[in-house]
Amino acid sequence: MLAINPFAALPATIPPAVMQAYVVAMIVLVAAGTLFDILHKGSARYFFDNWRRSKGRARNELGSGALASIAVRTAVVDVLASGEFCSARRRVAHLLTMYGFLLYVVSTVVMVFSRSTSDIWPHLWWLGGVMVCVGGYWFWFFIRADVAAEGNSPLRLMRADLFVLSLLASVTFGLIWAFLQVNGGGGAMVFFALYILATTVLFGSVPWSKFAHMFFKPAAAFEKRMSLANGTRANLPGPADKPEQFGSARTAPRHY
Amino acid sequence: MPTFVYMTRCDGCGHCVDICPSDIMHIDKTYRRAYNIEPNMCWECYSCVKACPQNAIDARGYADFAPLGHSVRALREEAKGTISWRLKFRDGREKNFVSPIRTTPWGSIKGPAEYDAPPAEDLASQALAHEPDSLKVAGGLPTLTRGRLKLKLA
Repeated sequence: MLAINPFAALPATIPPAVMQAYVVAMIVLVAAGTLFDILHKGSARYFFDNWRRSKGRARNELGSGALASIAVRTAVVDVLASGEFCSARRRVAHLLTMYGFLLYVVSTVVMVFSRSTSDIWPHLWWLGGVMVCVGGYWFWFFIRADVAAEGNSPLRLMRADLFVLSLLASVTFGLIWAFLQVNGGGGAMVFFALYILATTVLFGSVPWSKFAHMFFKPAAAFEKRMSLANGTRANLPGPADKPEQFGSARTAPRHY
Repeated sequence: MPTFVYMTRCDGCGHCVDICPSDIMHIDKTYRRAYNIEPNMCWECYSCVKACPQNAIDARGYADFAPLGHSVRALREEAKGTISWRLKFRDGREKNFVSPIRTTPWGSIKGPAEYDAPPAEDLASQALAHEPDSLKVAGGLPTLTRGRLKLKLA
């Protein structure tokens, strides 16, 4: 089951050209949605305004080498390793979801467009899907913050859930469809329809969902590192230099 | 000076929501980031500012008495046991302070729900639940006795 390309069995009902056109349409939707999001919310203008303001107040002049170093550290630590998270649980859940999503999307595109008979891509598709499910359901049921004082139901839905829930629905329905298709269970096409619906919502709702966080969060992390390097520190005080005099030896924080 | 959140820095962990004594730090329904729902009810305790691991929370005064251009920011370093303050004035002056953390480490105090439920007969007692044990007063709360109520005339 894990070595079978689930999209290979579809050409009997859906021609490959239609599947490929659908994948291209989803890529266009993400690009257009992200551009609309940037223009509508002014996030790029906010980033460059902050950049200019921080540069104007800089105590240390940063050369191109220093900026390149900050960009590399942002990419490696903050983006690839989700280093900004303070909680280990949130970080692990985010890494599982992020890398699972990448594996899932890349292997889907490869399996839809290529006629490769290699069984590595179906394996990666299943692995990515399971990683998204583990990280996503863990986050949504056990980690996401809520206002306990208001007594909200753990199953309450709000707009902030649009991204994570459409992603989970897309992956879950996709895995169920692939399982039923290979094992001959009834209802495979019903789950395929649900899979397509959830996937369209996921990629078509970029302007209204948190999908765009994967673009603006790295920019914010870069700006944060730059403000530390150029000495402005976003007006934050520097690290205390005499803890033995002013403070007392304490244990590391346990609540993060 | 009520608090506000830099949404690009917040990662939605909810520590400010947990610590806010006024319950006015909430999670935004659109982006799952923290925000202050009621700035005029903020009593400016700075708990959320110090608790935020991302330093994403700042404070600003009302424009009528604290014109824009100033800044008061705090950095809590638990491992060092210090809280540092940086005050920037509108005219460019700057003052920096470092002070020790005087509270007990977070997470070291038992919450009310972690105590056993008090017996029903304690309702007739003058003491609050778990007193005097929670106050660490051995032998009971100090009380006035008849012998100590004598009027002293000069």
